[in-house]
Amino acid sequence: MNSRLGNARKKIWKYSPLYLMMLPGVAYLLINNYLPMYGITIAFKDINFAKGIWGSDWNGMQNFKFLFSSSDAYLITRNTILYNTAFIVLGLIAGVGTAILLNEIKNKLAVKFYQSVLLLPYLISMVLVSYLVYSLLSVNVGLMNKTILPALGIDPVSWYNEPKFWPFILVIVNLWKGIGFSCVVYLAAIIGIDKDYYEAAMLDGASKWQQIRKITVPLITPIIIMMTLLSIGRIFYSDFGLFYQVPMNSGALFSTTNVIDTYVFRALMQLGDIGMSAAAGLYQSVVGFILVILSNYAVRKLSKDNALF
Amino acid sequence: MYRENRLWQWGSHIVLLLLSLACVGPFLLLFISSITDEQSIIQNGYSFFPKEISFAAYEYIWQQSSLIFNAYGITIFVTVFGTAASLLITSMLAYPLSRRDLPGGNIVAFLLFFTLLFNGGLAPTYIIYTQLFHIKNTLAALIVPGLLMNGFSVMMMRGFFMTTVPSSVLESASIDGATEFTIYRKIVLPLSLPILAVVGLLQGLMYWNDWFNGLIYLTNPKLYSLQTVMNQLMSNIQFLANNSKVSSLASGSMQELPSEAFRMAIAVISIAPIMIAYPFFQKYFVKGLAFGAVKG
Repeated sequence: MNSRLGNARKKIWKYSPLYLMMLPGVAYLLINNYLPMYGITIAFKDINFAKGIWGSDWNGMQNFKFLFSSSDAYLITRNTILYNTAFIVLGLIAGVGTAILLNEIKNKLAVKFYQSVLLLPYLISMVLVSYLVYSLLSVNVGLMNKTILPALGIDPVSWYNEPKFWPFILVIVNLWKGIGFSCVVYLAAIIGIDKDYYEAAMLDGASKWQQIRKITVPLITPIIIMMTLLSIGRIFYSDFGLFYQVPMNSGALFSTTNVIDTYVFRALMQLGDIGMSAAAGLYQSVVGFILVILSNYAVRKLSKDNALF
Repeated sequence: MYRENRLWQWGSHIVLLLLSLACVGPFLLLFISSITDEQSIIQNGYSFFPKEISFAAYEYIWQQSSLIFNAYGITIFVTVFGTAASLLITSMLAYPLSRRDLPGGNIVAFLLFFTLLFNGGLAPTYIIYTQLFHIKNTLAALIVPGLLMNGFSVMMMRGFFMTTVPSSVLESASIDGATEFTIYRKIVLPLSLPILAVVGLLQGLMYWNDWFNGLIYLTNPKLYSLQTVMNQLMSNIQFLANNSKVSSLASGSMQELPSEAFRMAIAVISIAPIMIAYPFFQKYFVKGLAFGAVKG
């Protein structure tokens, strides 16, 4: 017994430098991730600044009742899911399509060039994207209102006040920003396909289009499914910058630009409604968690190696 | 057959050229707008073919340099320091976790992994950082919350250590009397430069581009990074006048300020370093993205 305890002590002593190395990282996890998880309790509180945030009274599910009885809950959930669905479907088509075309090009230098250029939008911040969009859509000085629309004989549009255009604008901006990344991922998968398949197909007289349909696409399907399932797992989360910066936080556009993330942000920073913000955030985290687990379960069924856990 | 191949070649080139134009176009418009005379912007809007070229916007940046230059300094400091700190913390957590013999390693790995699946959300995070750690209006606000270390990078690095650093080398080093810290510094890190480059690159880009922490934790313009300044300028060009040392601006006369060109000029100088460095890190970047997507 004693010697076993001694062994355990020796073992811990032996590994102590490794534990010491982990200390900063583990401390950061506690501060950045686990304390806020404990802080979720504020979603069940009636925040009263006089009593302090931790001293405020519990109010059970009141925040949630209020959230779900408002029309906002439906709107932000609908917007989040619809936008993400469009992003997933169109992003997939665009990514796989450009990757297939890039793979057709024989000139290596040209491939490198196209790939670098398509990745440019991926490098910049959403604030900068909002500047680029502003240069196109500004009511008074934008390229659309001053050059393109007059050339077509169409009246100027007050872009930042017209919610109906924003589903298209946001989908285009998202595609524009993400096409380089998904293209890189799918091209890596296509390059990994054994060239013998294509040679055999060509001997049999298969056309390019047949090769793409019968060889390329089926062979990268596992990666397509994996990437798609992972995105479905994150369908409750959205790119905050895209929905906040690009429409410039314009209140007139909320009906088509408000998503869960922007709602949580505005409730916290602009309305000061901490309890409501925490409630909406928890709603997102819980549903998001369930979706990640489900989608990972699906990935696992298909291919164990690609599963997250 | 030959004709069909040529057709695909040409078709691919045409589609990709159009896509490339669509990707570069907005950047070009941004740059041209920044060197367009303010009067011609007001008359003709932002345009690829300006009537009159003027560098007034850049002269303004140079003249009332304090705010912009300060922001530039903050961005550079945060990017360099944040990336270095992040690489250190990430690798120091990833290495012990890559050691299969470490007692309790699984527990930490699970704690790490769980953060990828579930999070407290914005409101609790904000409350913890502001109420408990009083991070508002400190430089730490731009470095620490949400950015310093992320689970994906740790897992990516851990995977790399596991597959690339042979455990026999580690064993023989420890038999030779090397301490764990020496092994980490002299063996593990030098063998892992590719993954350090990839994680460092993504991390550096994240710091350079971050505006969110500045938006929620900062109200003091002296601490604003470039992105935060741009964020403020977009909604409010007056912000510049309020924080300017040039008296004609501070007194509120906005006529002189080439505001529409100015916005674009600041945007240009904020991406210039990335665009200049891009050809050099492009190779690592593409590899890193493909690797991260498949492994992560």
